[in-house]
Parts: sequence; structure tokens; C-alpha cells
Amino acid sequence: MRDDGPGPALLKRLTERQRESVSFMLDGQVLDALLGDTVLTAVLTHRATLRHAEVSGEARAGFCLMGACQDCWVSTESGERLRACSTFIQPGMRLLTPAGGPQ
Amino acid sequence: MTDALLPVIVGAGPAGIRAAQTLVRHGLRPIVLDEAGRCGGQIYRQPPANFGRSNKTLYGFEAGRAEAVHRAMGAMRDRIDYRPETLVWNAEAGQLDVLHQGQTSTVAYTQLIVATGATDRVLPVVGWTAPGVFTLGAAQVALKFQGCAIGERVVLMGTGPLLYLIAYQYARAGATVAAVLDSATLTDQIAALPALAQQPAALAKGLYYVAWLRAHGVPLRGGVRPLRVLAQGRVGRVSGIVWRDAQGEHTLVCDAIGLGYGLRSETQLADILDCRFQFDAVQRAWLPERDAAGRTRVTGLYLAGDGAAILGADAAEWAGERAALALLVDAGVCLDAPERARALTLEARLARARRFRAGLERAFPMPVNWAAQAPDELVICRCEEVTAGDLRRTALATGALELNRLKALSRVGMGRCQGRMCGAAAAEILADCSAQSPSDVGRLRGQAPVKPIPFSASAALPHQELA
Repeated sequence: MRDDGPGPALLKRLTERQRESVSFMLDGQVLDALLGDTVLTAVLTHRATLRHAEVSGEARAGFCLMGACQDCWVSTESGERLRACSTFIQPGMRLLTPAGGPQ
Repeated sequence: MTDALLPVIVGAGPAGIRAAQTLVRHGLRPIVLDEAGRCGGQIYRQPPANFGRSNKTLYGFEAGRAEAVHRAMGAMRDRIDYRPETLVWNAEAGQLDVLHQGQTSTVAYTQLIVATGATDRVLPVVGWTAPGVFTLGAAQVALKFQGCAIGERVVLMGTGPLLYLIAYQYARAGATVAAVLDSATLTDQIAALPALAQQPAALAKGLYYVAWLRAHGVPLRGGVRPLRVLAQGRVGRVSGIVWRDAQGEHTLVCDAIGLGYGLRSETQLADILDCRFQFDAVQRAWLPERDAAGRTRVTGLYLAGDGAAILGADAAEWAGERAALALLVDAGVCLDAPERARALTLEARLARARRFRAGLERAFPMPVNWAAQAPDELVICRCEEVTAGDLRRTALATGALELNRLKALSRVGMGRCQGRMCGAAAAEILADCSAQSPSDVGRLRGQAPVKPIPFSASAALPHQELA
């Protein structure tokens, strides 16, 4: 939870906490998730941002969670693009939430 | 005779599963393609296998239905060719282009049942792109599929029965529901009662959710016009909602909002397969034409479930079975007398479901003055960040009266979601500012690939031209 960073967690875990934990990297920081989390859940239980809009650069954090809105695409450090709501977090995943806006 | 048939079903929700089951009963081995990893569609979506909640906890009153649908799929697994995590991104006569684990390939078919389901219909409100605003469906997916709430203090806003169902599910799961803000009024609901009495069990469930929420002190507000989402901090995440009702303007602190105004059908595949569309005044949407059994004007193409028109999960099961029976008859299979009677029963049930749906649309109408009240700065297209003002100025300056023309000139609906999120709202804005009805402005045409696919996958297809 860092208030100076991309905001505190957006999603709140209510149940299903008895799962194996998984470590992954987000913008160079090691974070924990649970096995069975989507990438979106893994990120948004720590932060409030997944990506930035191409035009305005504003923060985005997904919208439909069912693969329709395409507003949750994130990148891996190796350049692969993932739709965060429909990709499960894998141990050791290295994710980036780069700045958006006109480059 | 049926040996030469290669039936393919797109979608493994209630419609697709019942369709497959019906074909299997007649000795066919359909291919079932589904974008999700586990069957059930959105309504009966299953969490990952290592989750522990019971079906009763996950699906509430619908647990029996959900189990029956999942069980039907389980019982025929070795008699169908089930391909989960498979996106159908293009379709033409006799062949589908699919994406599975980053690789594209083709799937041939002789008959096709399209059961692609629905997503939320969204009417934007100022600030709706802020982190913390999700669709109502997303709020439900977060809980059902991931065991999470979309925030600490959640507002559910828009209209439709989903508002109350999700508020109930959230409160039951221990989330704080700050309010349910419904644009519909009690007058709307009273006017709809005769039609809603067509399905007394469904009506009773809805009334139960409302009564439960009231008894547990969840504020329920009607006649609401959302004005703007408040946001704070560097990220600009949700911090509140401002709305107006008959009493005046109100501000409520919250950190998440679930937003939706009913559902919209996923019609892209029906569209690129050349179905004819007509404007459905009840659902205020362009829907693919089909007969009572689900046949389209395209030989061998059938539509079933919410992807054809919003009728709900029970009706999706009936429509899936009915479409499969039509496929069999059209392929020359002789149905026995009980099955012919069953087909008529299914059609009668679907007709009743349509009357009930008309009641729901009356009880929870899409706010028709939404477009007139939408401020110029309101972002309509969240992909390309095109505002209501951009659309009005473009329409006025160019005389574009048709939605695809407006898309070409303004980029509305041209982003990654292909208008899934903004199409309904853009049509309303264009209709309002050009003094037309939504049926006059047309609909955004579907286009392949219907969802983004990686360039590395498409590069393997030298003969395919990609949109």
C-alpha cells in the first residue's frame, strides 16, 4: 500500500483466501498474489492502476472483467501483451504498467 | 446421414451447453468453442478449480440451475470436442478463424450455432473512466470468479434487476454497499407488474432481493440521474458520486461504482456472417433476425441465448435446445413425436420469456433523456477518448447522420473494444443531436478480428487480410 505510488489497492478480498501464494514482479517491485488470481486481481489488490490511456495518459484499472472492453491490457518485461482480466497470474511473472499518453 | 455433419457451437454458457447436449443425443459430435477456461458462460461462470465456495454460495437461488448446466457439460465431455480458451475472431461460410494459446487456426463447420452471450449496456457518466468504476457484470465477476469486492464502499448504479441482485450478493458476502442508485422509478415498476407476473418465480426473487436490502439498511434510491463520479489523488481513483433526484442534488462517498443499464447482445459473429438485423424497440437495440427456433436467413446458421436478444439464462437454455432441434430437422433428421412436442413447448416458453422481458424493460427503462442531458465533456468512447461534444460537433459539421459515418469521422467505436462499450451511447448521442430515432442512425458494423489478436498469431496467416 503506497500512497505516493499508483494508489492503494482497488479490489478488496472478501473470501477465498486459503490458496497458495504466488510472487510476481510489478514495475520492478516484488508483490504477492494467490494462485487462481487473474493478473488484474493480482495487481489491483495492491494498486489502483493497471495501465494508462493512450490519448490522455489517465490511469485505468479495467472495466468489464469479461474480456469485452479491452481496457486492462498490460505488458510483460519481455514485451508480451496480456489481457489482465482473463490471464492467470503465474509465479515469477514480470509485469509493467507503463505510462500512457502521447509518447 | 449425420456422419457428414460438422456442427460447431460458439459459446459454452447455458445456450451452448443445451444445444450441444441436444446434438449429442442424436449421435452428433459437435465442436464447442469457448473463450473461457471453464464452462458456464457469465451467469454460471465457475471460479478457478482451487477455489472453495459452495455452489449455493456462488449462485444463490440459481445454484440448482448452475449445477444442472455444469453437470450436463460434464456428462457429455467425451462425446463432444470441447475447446476452452478458444476465441473465435473471424467467421465466414463453412469456416471459423480461432485463437488458442496465441496460435490461430481454422475450424470447419457445416452448421453453426452462435451463443455468444452478452455484456453490460453502459451509459457513461462524467468520470466513468476513473479507476474504481466497473460494469455491474464486472462487480459480479470480481466476487464470483475471484472472491473480491470492487472496493470498500461500493455504489451500484444504472438500472435493471442486476443492480439489486449484485447488491444482495455483495452485502451477503460482507461488502459494504453504500447505495443502489436506480434511474428507474416506482411508477415504472408498477406499470410493469402485469407483464412481470408472467414469470412469478423470477418476480418473487427480485422482490426478495429488494426486501432483504431494505431490511438490512442498504439505501435504495429511485429516479436517479447520475451527474459525475468524483475522483481524488494522483491516480484519480473514485472517491464519490454526485447524482440528482426529485429532492435535489446529492453527494455520496464511495470508492467503487458498478455501472450498467441492462445488457447488450454480443452480435459481432452474427453480423460478419451476414445475418440481417432489425431494430428492436423493446430492447432499444439492433438485433439479428431469426425465427422462433433460432434460424437465421443464412443456411446452417442458428442463434441462441443472450447473444441473439436479451432473454436471460433460463431462456438461453431453452433457445439452445430449440436451435439444435432446428439444426437437426434442417439436416434431415426425423424427430420423434415427443421431440416435436418439446420443440413447441420450448417456443411457447421463449414467447413467455419475451413478454416477461418486455416487462423488465418497462420496469427498468433505459433513460431516454440521457443523451440530451449528457454534457459535451463526457467521454463516450473510453478507448479513443471521444467526447459527446466531439460527436455533436462532428455530426453538425459534416452532416453525418449514420453511426458508421460518424465512426469514420470521429473514431468513436474504432478502438480496441470495437464499440462494445460505447456503441449504444454513441447511437443515443447521434440520434439526439440530429433529431433522429436510434433506429434511424443504424448500428456499428461488426468487423474481424472481433477482438484483438496478437500480430505474431496473425503473421502465421499469409493469405488472411486483417482489419
